[in-house]
Amino acid sequence: MNSPTTILGIPILSFITFLPLLGAIGLILIPSARVNTIRWTAFLVSAATFVASIPLFTRFDARIGMQFVEQVPWVPGLGMSYHLGVDGISVLLILLTTLLSAISILSSFTAITERVKTFMATLLVLETGMIGVFAALDLVLFYMFWEAALIPMYLLIGVWGGPRRVYAAVKFILYTVAGSLLMLVAILYLYFAYHAAYGEFTFDLMRLYETPLGRSAQLWLFAAFGVAFAIKVPMFPFHTWLPDAHVEAPTAGSVILAGVLLKMGTYGFVRFAMPLFPEATHAFAPWIIALSVVGIIYGALVAMVQPDVKKLVAYSSVSHLGFVMLGLFALNTQGLQGGILQMINHGLSTGALFLAVGIIYERRHTREISEFGGLSEVLPRFAVCFLIVCLSSLGLPGLNGFIGEFLILLGAFRMSPVVAAIAATGVILGAVYLLWMFQRVMFGPITNEKNRGLRDISPREFWTLAPVIALIVWIGVYPNPFLRKLDVSVSELLERVNSRTLATTPDEIPVAPAGVRAAAEDSP
Amino acid sequence: MKLPIVVDAPLGMIEPLLIICGVAIGLLLVDLLLPHGKKHLSAYLALAGVLWALIRSAAQWGVSETGFSGMVSLDSLSTVFNVLFLASTAAVILLSMPFLRRDDVEHSEYYALLLFATAGMMILASGLDLITLFLGIEVMSISLYILAGYRRDSDASNEAAMKYFLLGAFASSVLLYGIALVYGATGTTSLPRIGELLAGAGPFPEGLLFAGVALILVGFAFKVAAAPFHMWTPDVYEGAPTPITAFLSAGPKAAAFAAILRVFFIAFGPIQAEWDTILSVIAALTMTIGNVAAIAQTNVKRMLAYSSIAHSGYVLIGVVTGGLIGGTGALFYLLAYVAMNLGAFAVIVLLEYRGQRGEELRDYAGLGFRYPVIGALLSLFMISLSGIPPTVGFVGKLYLFGGAVQAGYIPLAVIAVLNSAVSVFYYLRLMVLMYMREAQESMPAIRVPLTLAVVLFVTALGTLWPGLFPGAWFELAREGVRALFS
Repeated sequence: MNSPTTILGIPILSFITFLPLLGAIGLILIPSARVNTIRWTAFLVSAATFVASIPLFTRFDARIGMQFVEQVPWVPGLGMSYHLGVDGISVLLILLTTLLSAISILSSFTAITERVKTFMATLLVLETGMIGVFAALDLVLFYMFWEAALIPMYLLIGVWGGPRRVYAAVKFILYTVAGSLLMLVAILYLYFAYHAAYGEFTFDLMRLYETPLGRSAQLWLFAAFGVAFAIKVPMFPFHTWLPDAHVEAPTAGSVILAGVLLKMGTYGFVRFAMPLFPEATHAFAPWIIALSVVGIIYGALVAMVQPDVKKLVAYSSVSHLGFVMLGLFALNTQGLQGGILQMINHGLSTGALFLAVGIIYERRHTREISEFGGLSEVLPRFAVCFLIVCLSSLGLPGLNGFIGEFLILLGAFRMSPVVAAIAATGVILGAVYLLWMFQRVMFGPITNEKNRGLRDISPREFWTLAPVIALIVWIGVYPNPFLRKLDVSVSELLERVNSRTLATTPDEIPVAPAGVRAAAEDSP
Repeated sequence: MKLPIVVDAPLGMIEPLLIICGVAIGLLLVDLLLPHGKKHLSAYLALAGVLWALIRSAAQWGVSETGFSGMVSLDSLSTVFNVLFLASTAAVILLSMPFLRRDDVEHSEYYALLLFATAGMMILASGLDLITLFLGIEVMSISLYILAGYRRDSDASNEAAMKYFLLGAFASSVLLYGIALVYGATGTTSLPRIGELLAGAGPFPEGLLFAGVALILVGFAFKVAAAPFHMWTPDVYEGAPTPITAFLSAGPKAAAFAAILRVFFIAFGPIQAEWDTILSVIAALTMTIGNVAAIAQTNVKRMLAYSSIAHSGYVLIGVVTGGLIGGTGALFYLLAYVAMNLGAFAVIVLLEYRGQRGEELRDYAGLGFRYPVIGALLSLFMISLSGIPPTVGFVGKLYLFGGAVQAGYIPLAVIAVLNSAVSVFYYLRLMVLMYMREAQESMPAIRVPLTLAVVLFVTALGTLWPGLFPGAWFELAREGVRALFS
């Protein structure tokens, strides 16, 4: 770990983790009546966080694993430490988080008119929690950020949500808390297993990777971690909280929920469940793949029949996250790279889809597909943006979704051609429900008079979509800068999962094998 | 078993106790001199006495001695508990002052009884003999029976006192019977001596001994409101004046646990294999009944009563786990529980004080945006009670459940976390009401009395600070529990 931890003398990870929290505290000092000051302050704080997170990407050394590591004893008696660090996977997710947070704050300028100060402060606290989850390398610290991200999301849905917001908020928090508490027991078990083996107490993830565990212990622990993460992903059949939460959440909440919070689940598998319990990973892989494929098809079919645009996008998330899980548990380089890249892609595409839905909802205060039709006539600029986003989400070549889904299917094919074939129908179904929805909303004659006088998107709304669209195109055309960041992380992960014993230390693992880079370059 | 008969009364050892008793008696005398309308001065006197005792007690940290023919022990455990009791009593005095003044029921007896109850708690925490413990329990309980019925004009308060007294007296007699049986079986009431004898595995009349242990367990289970001996809790908590409810849920509960730690770790530690199964069942039942029943409550005081039952169940996990790690978990959790629970009650007292409302859940609708600071504080306490980080409630559960996992009580730990998940529902329901529902009627502006502000500030600090930096507090708890194993 010989990379820098500071940039311009600032411990960069701590800085970007806690800057939003400081911003939230600062917001409290601004009088509630000065709504525009509050909005711009919140946006500037989140934008500054995004800018500060860019060096993580540009200065990232693709040849080594954990970087920008900060470690300070926290409760030495119990082996807890304040331990942050990022590898390729977390860097991309942190950038996604900071970008989407800034965008969702910008998108709420006109959508949220009540309790603006609390709303903005809540979003900023949430951002701290999410960045912390992706940066923490100490299990207790991770757990604290993980849970700390729950309460703000709960408030976002429950206070600023739609008519059934309380039901959705309570359902959201009960599902996620039940899952994560089981994970807590598993964390404790792991902690004592490490102590039993090495006579030392530590919550340090890097060292817990080496805990020797028997097969049955691995199966139980994987199940406990796995349920927590599977609820968050959400994997079929744990997905029922998602449509409720999405439909009721305000636009910014949906963007964050789909874009980042769901990734906490898939990230949990990649960072914790899989490398900690390799044998169990192999044992559970067939089941998880089966559930993923069910999720892909089921999510797509249910999305197809939704009368509500937002619910349609919500179910499309179930389908897309099924792809991510399929890629991860194909347990080969292509699948893993595709799965991780698809996390980012889904965050961008679905985040943008929710933004687009929010934009039309703000104009018409309805999301029923049947209420619309012919919108492309009155909203031409919006139509272009929306189309690009839809195409990205359904995996059109040249846009980001294609790269991810292609790699995932490649990985799945290497594992089992049958599974890949079934999953591929999910891509087709994705094209069906998205294009069909787009056609009904945007094309055709204007059947509803209320749609006639709508104004096209404002510059502010355009700028919420523009950066996402730029990234959608960039990743679609030239994904290598992103994929290369993942090489070392993915090969280390595979090494660990495939070794099946935990005796190897990270230092012994060589840098990315040639196959990884070849696969990255092969993809278009 | 002959104990040496010498006068062994090192009064310096029990200095804080003497201060409290002295001030309590003094209050009764001063009451005669205070004219009606000036009675509130006695609150300041009581507060000064408590703070003085607190300082003296803290100064005893590190001292370890035994006196009164081995019946009383001053060690780090009793010091930690004494400081906890005195701090919670000080908080309750501060909570009571505006409350009594508003209802015009200020009498010095109220504070004197609070202090006597505190004295009982302090005896409990330092008793090294079953007789001392019984003495402590009675001094504490009898004061509490009266305090629960302090609002004489209120039927609910009378009912609470009556119920508490009848069931409490019954539990005390069961406890006493258990003590008698254990004495019959071992020939001594000294905790360390019983421990030595049991460790020596001499021939005991087993039936007598185990019946005694079981009855003692029942007696204590009543005092900490553990299932199935928890029935009194909701009615008493609801009926008692709110500051007294706050008091009941904090100090006396911790005191009963102090006694449980001493009895079950020192005296019955060697036969842990005999009682840990039954105690785990009680712990699991207590958590589950408390949490499930709390969901159905519409009255906040009743809800917190069931929640306090559930928290007793969590602490019992630490007792079942045993050893330094279990004891530390239990003690740390008690410290955490007292801080967050007193904080929650302080908010209720504040709301009640301002407008006769705050008892029913619906009174909280829309409160979060009307009173942002109060709403945020109550949310903090609720989040901590439900064990979500970064609060002390989370760290406490981490230690408790961690100890249980290490000692191999994994099913118990799993039951406990599932219970925590259930508890999230009703704790956060207050947040739902405060932030997600509209107020039904207009809410007047609140001016927070200084005394309540102090309590709220200290409890909020005690909820958040150890949640972020638990190291020092954990060492403190470990140091305290270590006294049990020396």
